[in-house]
Amino acid sequence: MRRAFVNTLVDLATQDTRIILLTGDLGFMALEPFAEKFPGRFINAGVAEQNMVGLATGLAEAGFVPFVYSIMPFAVLRPYEFIRNGPIHHQSQVRIVGIGAGLEYSHQGNTHYGLEDVGIMRIQPGLTVIAPADAAQAESAIRATWDLPGPVFYRLGKDDKTVVPGLNGRFELGHLQIVGDGRDVLFVVMGAIASEVSAATGRLRERGLECTIAIVASLNPPPLSDLRDVLRRFSKVITVESHYVTGGVGSLVSEVIAESGLACRAIRCGVRTNPGGVTGSQTYVQDLHGLSAAALAEVAAQSIRES
Amino acid sequence: MDRSSLSTKIRRIILEQSKRANVGHIGSALSIADIVAALYGSVLHLPDPADPERDRFILSKGHAVLALYAIFFLNGWITEAQLNTYCGDNTLLGSHPEHALRGIDFSTGSLGMGLSIGAGAALAARLQKSARRVYVLISDAECNEGSTWEAIMFAAHHRLANLIAIVDLNGQQALGYTDKVLSLSPLAERWRAFNWDVHEVDGHNIEAITQIVAGLPATVEKPHVLIAHTTFGKGISFMENQIKWHYLPMSEAEYTQGLREIEAGA
Repeated sequence: MRRAFVNTLVDLATQDTRIILLTGDLGFMALEPFAEKFPGRFINAGVAEQNMVGLATGLAEAGFVPFVYSIMPFAVLRPYEFIRNGPIHHQSQVRIVGIGAGLEYSHQGNTHYGLEDVGIMRIQPGLTVIAPADAAQAESAIRATWDLPGPVFYRLGKDDKTVVPGLNGRFELGHLQIVGDGRDVLFVVMGAIASEVSAATGRLRERGLECTIAIVASLNPPPLSDLRDVLRRFSKVITVESHYVTGGVGSLVSEVIAESGLACRAIRCGVRTNPGGVTGSQTYVQDLHGLSAAALAEVAAQSIRES
Repeated sequence: MDRSSLSTKIRRIILEQSKRANVGHIGSALSIADIVAALYGSVLHLPDPADPERDRFILSKGHAVLALYAIFFLNGWITEAQLNTYCGDNTLLGSHPEHALRGIDFSTGSLGMGLSIGAGAALAARLQKSARRVYVLISDAECNEGSTWEAIMFAAHHRLANLIAIVDLNGQQALGYTDKVLSLSPLAERWRAFNWDVHEVDGHNIEAITQIVAGLPATVEKPHVLIAHTTFGKGISFMENQIKWHYLPMSEAEYTQGLREIEAGA
C-alpha cells in the first residue's frame, strides 16, 4: 500500500498546499515521487520519531496537514506519548502513517512487526483509525479521510500487489465492507491478511462451505451498527488479524457481541505469542502464527464440525 | 495606583493563588517570573491571542504555568473570577497549561515535548514566509529528555533562526539538584556544540533578557538559546534553592512572610 499511499498523496498535495510529508528516515523506493515533486514540503526528520510528531503538532497548529511516515513500531510505539499529548489532545490534523501491518516485515524480525498498534491507537477517543485491506481500499480510505478535522492513524500494508477479490476499493468511514454472501461461515477481518482469508474461503467452498467476509477498515469510528447486523445472522464468527489477538478486530467484535448481548461465539485468530527470534518469509511467519489460508480454513471447518 | 513592577505583580499573584488553592509548584513559577515579565512585557508580538501572525510561546515546563495565568490576568485576557478558579473544579486553569484556554498556544505538562512542537511552529512560520517568532521556555531538567536533543539537532540542521529557546537554569529538579541527578554541565557548551547561537543571561534581569532578544542577530542563520541563570523560588528567602518548594503549599505564616518579602523586594 506504500505506492498507493504516495501516489494518492502526490495527487492530493497537488491540489492542496497544506499537505506536508515527514519521514523518520524511511521510505526508500517509496516516497521519492512526493520528495521530487514537492521538495519544500518533504522533510526527512532523521531517526527521531518523537521529535517528528512534535514537529507535526507545531505545523498543524499553523494550518498545515502533516503526514508522519515510518515503519509501524517507529511510527506508533516510539512516539506514542507525543501522539497522545500532541495531535490527539490538540485534535490537530496530523496523520500518522505506519507501514508494515502485522508480520509483513518478516525477516526483519520482531522489532519491525506491527502487532499492537491498533490496540493502543483504537483506545484513544478522538483518533480516527484506518486499516485498509488492500491498495485500492487504501486509496479510497485516504481520499475519504485525509482532511478530517482531527488526527488520523493509517495502518498500511507494505506491498501493493495483494488484492482482496470482490472488495473493489470500497471504503466508508464507520462501516464495514462485505465480500461474499455465504451462510455457513462468517469471517470478520482487519488488514491485508484478508487476502489469506479470501484464499481460505476458496478452500472451504471446495468442501461445500459458503462464506461471508466482513472487512473492518474503519476501526475508529467502529462499524458498530454494521457489525451488529452481520453478527446477528451467525452463531459463530471467526475474526482474523495479523495483530495480537488482544486489542484489534477480535477484541472489537467481542465487545460488540458482549455489549449487544448477541448469541454469537467469537473465535479469534491472530498472533497469540511473542514472535521471539525465529524469522522467515512472510508466508512462513504467518503460518507459524496460524494465519495461512490452510490454517484459517481448518479453524472454520472445525467450528462447523463442533456445531 | 499599583506602581510595583510587573514581576512583583506576577510574584504576588503566584503567592496569592497558591495559597488560595493550597497547592505547590510555587518555586518553579517564581523561577520564571522575570522571564515571563520580560517576554510578555516587551518581547512577544501579541496583538491578540488568536492572531495567526502572533509570536508563539510554549511553556514547555508546564508546571510553572501559574506565572502565565498571572500575566494573562494582568494583560486582561482572563478575569479575576477566572484566575480564582485556579486548581478548582470545572476550570481550564489547572496546574499545567491547556490550549483550550485563550492565550495558551500548546498544552504541555510532559517534559521534553515543547521544543519539538516549537521547532514545528518555527518551520511553519518559515514555510508561510511569516516574520513571526517562536519562543520556548524549557527547564534545565528537560535537558535530561532525549527528545529535547532531537529537537535541538533538527532546529540547528534546518537553521530555524526564528526559534528562540530559553533555558530556566535553576539547577534543580523534582528530586534533587541537577548536578547530582544527571549532570548537564557544561550546558552552554553543549548547545553551542549542537550549532545554536548561545547567549548566557541573568534570568532575573528583565532588561538584560529584553536587550539580548531585541539584539539577536538576524544574519546568524541559527536557532537561538538564552541560558537563563535563575534561582528556584526567587524572591522568597526560605524557598530559594529548596527542593521541597517544588511540592509544598504554604502555611499562613509562610504566606505572610512571603508576601512581605515580595513587597520589600519590589
